[in-house]
Amino acid sequence: MFDWKWDFVWEIAPRLIGATGNTLVAAGAGYAIAVVLGLILALAQRTPYRVLTFVVRELVEFVRSTPLILQIFFIFYVGPQFGIRLSPWMSGMIAIGLHYACYLSEVYRGGIEAVPTGQWEAATALNMTTAQRYRRVIIPQAIPPALAGMGNYLVGIFKDTPMLSVIGVAELIHTANAIGSENYRFLEPYTMVGIIFLAISLPAAGLIRLFEGYVRRKLGL
Amino acid sequence: MSFFEFLGQYWPRLLGGAGVTVAQFLLAAALGIAISLCMGLMKLAPNRALRWGAITYIEIFRGTSLVVQLYWIFFVLPLLGLSIEKFTAGYLAVGMNIGAYGAELVRGGILSVPKGQWEAALAINMSPAQRMRRIILPQALVNMLPPWGNLMIELLKGTALVSLISVADLMFESRQINATTYLSAQVFGAALIIYYIMARFFVTPFMRWLERFMARKLGRA
Repeated sequence: MFDWKWDFVWEIAPRLIGATGNTLVAAGAGYAIAVVLGLILALAQRTPYRVLTFVVRELVEFVRSTPLILQIFFIFYVGPQFGIRLSPWMSGMIAIGLHYACYLSEVYRGGIEAVPTGQWEAATALNMTTAQRYRRVIIPQAIPPALAGMGNYLVGIFKDTPMLSVIGVAELIHTANAIGSENYRFLEPYTMVGIIFLAISLPAAGLIRLFEGYVRRKLGL
Repeated sequence: MSFFEFLGQYWPRLLGGAGVTVAQFLLAAALGIAISLCMGLMKLAPNRALRWGAITYIEIFRGTSLVVQLYWIFFVLPLLGLSIEKFTAGYLAVGMNIGAYGAELVRGGILSVPKGQWEAALAINMSPAQRMRRIILPQALVNMLPPWGNLMIELLKGTALVSLISVADLMFESRQINATTYLSAQVFGAALIIYYIMARFFVTPFMRWLERFMARKLGRA
């Protein structure tokens, strides 16, 4: 019943390793978008404009409570209806970037709200403009406590990249599907993909925990 | 075709899909809660084998992606002689995945119960099982309910992935309608709104109500 073929494993290993590269690139690019866009979304909720705050708040809630896979489909298929053609990679990165930006904006928000009031007042007393105040005083203090949450979402984004396979991004699951249907063998490809995910996400989670401990010690927390 | 004309024509299929999504959600939630409780308690057990069993389970399910687990259960298990029907495979995968995340919440909740409670239960001569059931778990439950609210939203979003193994849920129906009509904005837009309504107006309010209800039961409200 258990017919695991090592020959087949070695035969498909190079393709899966190549796909692992794509998966890592997708996770990295998506995360880069999310880190920047998330900060913008977090700051947009702190402006004096009530309407803007309300709209961004609702957008974040909406994106966070609907499935990423549906958002990927939405962005991929709705663009062409309005004459915008996006490649699978492009729409995948936008979807995953936007989805995680909403999660990260909450992490940033928590970090910013944790900065003591005295710091805001001191920055005002020094006659700093709002931009200076955020850039030089608030953000540098808001990020370190948020690092743990940010790290968890990096691992999270990595584990969500298989959803990109549905629009044809050649990441791990997409490649495993292709190998499986070419050879009528699914045992090895899917099992190997599972092992590759474990082999990357477990050490990554460990490293993030170490890094978090390091930052906390550095800050004297 | 306008959005409302579209809804007028396709609402039965969308509603049918939503029904399957709700069924998947409820079954996966029941399974997930049972697994969380079981694995959370096992991780705190004095017996080393039980502890390692729980750790292995949690790390495997948290370290790989839900899509990979779903494919593995649906495509690989039959090769090992265990065929599972797609509907069952769907909620099994989602529930087992959520169970691993929930186990950590259960563990955290139990550890957050003050030491005095354990000692007091011991002092009035309760057996370990009685102590856990009557003293520790009820208090742990109240402490861990807020993060469970988020986990239930993640679970709802996770059920969208069962469409990948052709369970006819809301996501699957939307893809089918999209493939035959190309009304992408309407169909995916409608699906996004339905998921949002489920999360925002059913799951979240229910979890909030449960938090208040449990707090009242313990006389903390």
